[in-house]
Amino acid sequence: MNGFLIYAGKRFLQFLFVVITGITLAFLIAHFSPVDPVEQTVSLLTSFGSTDPQAVEILRQSLRELYGTGGPLLDQYFTFWGRVLTGDFGPSLSSFPTPVMTVIGRALPWTVGLLTLATIIAWIIGNLLGALAGYFRNSRLLKLAGIVIMALQPIPTYIIGLSLVILFGFIWPILPISDGAQVNLAPAFNWAFISSVIEHGILPALTLVLVGIGGWFISMRSLVSNIVTDDHVIYAELGGVRSSRIFSHYVARNAMLPQVTGLALSLGNVFGGAVIVEFVFNYPGIGKLLISGIYSGDYSLVLGVTTIAIIAVASAVFVIDIIYPLIDPRVKLG
Amino acid sequence: MFKILRDLLRYNKEFLFGTILILIIVGLIVSSFFSPYDETAIYVVIPDMPPSTEFWFGTTSRGQDVFWQIGASLRNTLIFGIIVAVISRLVALVVGLVSGYIGGRTDQVIMGINDTLGALPNIPILLLLVFVLRDQMTWSMLAIVAALLGWTHDSRLIRSVALSLRHREFTRHAVFSGMRTSQILIREHLPYVMPIVFFTTMNNLIWAIGLEVTLSILGFSDINRPTVGGMIYWANAHSAMVAGVWWWIAFPMLFVVILFLGLFMLAMSVNEYIDPRSRLARMGA
Repeated sequence: MNGFLIYAGKRFLQFLFVVITGITLAFLIAHFSPVDPVEQTVSLLTSFGSTDPQAVEILRQSLRELYGTGGPLLDQYFTFWGRVLTGDFGPSLSSFPTPVMTVIGRALPWTVGLLTLATIIAWIIGNLLGALAGYFRNSRLLKLAGIVIMALQPIPTYIIGLSLVILFGFIWPILPISDGAQVNLAPAFNWAFISSVIEHGILPALTLVLVGIGGWFISMRSLVSNIVTDDHVIYAELGGVRSSRIFSHYVARNAMLPQVTGLALSLGNVFGGAVIVEFVFNYPGIGKLLISGIYSGDYSLVLGVTTIAIIAVASAVFVIDIIYPLIDPRVKLG
Repeated sequence: MFKILRDLLRYNKEFLFGTILILIIVGLIVSSFFSPYDETAIYVVIPDMPPSTEFWFGTTSRGQDVFWQIGASLRNTLIFGIIVAVISRLVALVVGLVSGYIGGRTDQVIMGINDTLGALPNIPILLLLVFVLRDQMTWSMLAIVAALLGWTHDSRLIRSVALSLRHREFTRHAVFSGMRTSQILIREHLPYVMPIVFFTTMNNLIWAIGLEVTLSILGFSDINRPTVGGMIYWANAHSAMVAGVWWWIAFPMLFVVILFLGLFMLAMSVNEYIDPRSRLARMGA
C-alpha cells in the first residue's frame, strides 16, 4: 500500500507539472502576441453596437487584468493564475456579457459525452476484433475486417466525417448531419430530447469510432499474436484446454494490460479529433466553441477553452495512471 | 539498399501497394512543375466546369483548374510534412540519445520534461498560437511549431534503445579509447537507432500532414497557398457541396486518402521489415 502511495504521489507531481507547464505556456503565448488583445477586443465589441461606455470600461479593465498588459510580468502571471484557479476568465465577447465559464460549461457536457462514448466504443470494438484477428489468424472474415479497418485508420477525421455527411445527409438522408439535438427542443430529461440527442450523436460518434478503431486493432492484434506463441499458451493447448478458454483467459487478458495505458495516452489526442468532428457536424461542444471563438476573435473564450482542455486532458491521464496498477500488478510501485 | 527494395517489392504486398499509391502522388507533384497556370492565381479558367477532356478534374468556382491545383497542393502539403518530420526527428534523436546515454538524474529530468510536453494537448495549444499570431502565422512558422510539438513519443523510443546500447561492450571500448561523448553517440549509437528513426518518420509525416489538412480546412493556415486542406477550405467557403460542384471537394478528398493510405502502407511494411518477429510470424514460423 505504501508503494502505491509513493507511486500515486509521483503521478500527482507529474500531473501538477503538466498543468503548470501548460498554463504557463498558454500565458506566455497570449502575453507575447504581437497584437494588443484588449484594444482589439474593445474595438470589435464597440463596432458590434454596444455603446454603454461604463460596460466597455469594465470590459477593458477585466481584459487588461486577464491578458496582463499592465504591471510587472510576474504580477500578471500570478493574476492569471488567480483567474484560472477561480475559474473566472471574464466575460465572453461573442456572447457578451455571459462569463466565459458559463459558455464553456454549456458546451462541456456535449463534448465529454460524445468523446467518452466514442472512445470507449472504439476501444472495445478495436480490441475485441484485434484480439480475435490475432488469435484466429487463418479466418478469412477477420482478415477482411482487418484490411477494411486498417485502410480507414490513416484517413484524416475530416474526410471520414464529410464522407458520412455526404452519405447520410445527401445520398441516403436518414440521420441528422448537424447540431447536437433538434434546435427547437429545450434541454430536459424527457424521451423526446434524449432520443434527439442520441440521433444527432450517431454520425459524429461513428466518425470518431471509425477513426479510433484502427490503432487499437493493430496494436491488439500484434500483442495477441506475440502471446499466442508464449510457452504458457502452448502448454495449455497441449494440455487440451478449450480454445475459447485459452483465448479469453490466457491470451486476451494478458494483452489487455498495455491497451489500458494506450487508452490514457489516446485521451490526450482525443481533443484534436473533437475539434474537427464538431466542426463538420456543427456539434455544440468545446471544439466548436473554440473554433467559433477563434473566428469571432473572442480572446477570453479561446484562452479559457485552452486552459480547460489542458487541465481536463492532464486529469484524465492522471486518473488512468492511478487506476493502472490496480489492474496490472506487474507495474513497479516504487 | 537496392536489394532490400527489390525484396520488399517482391515479397511484401503492402510495400508494393504503398509504393504504387505514392508513385501516383509523386507523378502529380512532378506534373505540377509543368502547370500552365500560376498556382496562386484565380479566375484563369471558366469557373464551375465539370470534369471533361479539357479539364480532367473540373474547375473551381474561383476559376482554377482542379487538376493543376491538386498537383501544387499535394506538393506544398508534402513539403510541409517533410519539414516537420525532419526537424522533429532531429530533436527526438538528440533528446533520446543523450538521455539514454547519460542516464541517471539527467535522464530522469530530461524524460520528465519529455513526458510533460507529450502530455499537453497539441491542438488547443496550436490553435491558441494560431489565434494569437493570426497574420504573422506563416507557413514555415507553423511547420516549426508543429515540429516542436511532435517528437516526444519518438524520443522515448530512441532512448529505450540507447539505454541498452550504453551497457554494451563496444560502448565501453569506445569510452576507453578516448572518444568524445558526441562521437560515441554519432558514430557508435546512431546506426542502431536509424531503423526506429526511419519508421517513426513515416508516422510523423502522416501526423504532420493530417495536422496541416485539419488546420487548413478550418482556415487557420496560409489559405492563399494551395494545399490539400486549403482546397477543401475554399470549396467549403463557396459551399461547393450544396452548389453541386462536387468535383472541387471530391478530388482533394480522394488524393488525401491515396496519400495517407500510401504512406501508411509504407510505414507498416517498413516496420515489419525492421521488426523480424512479425516477419517470422508472417512466414509461419
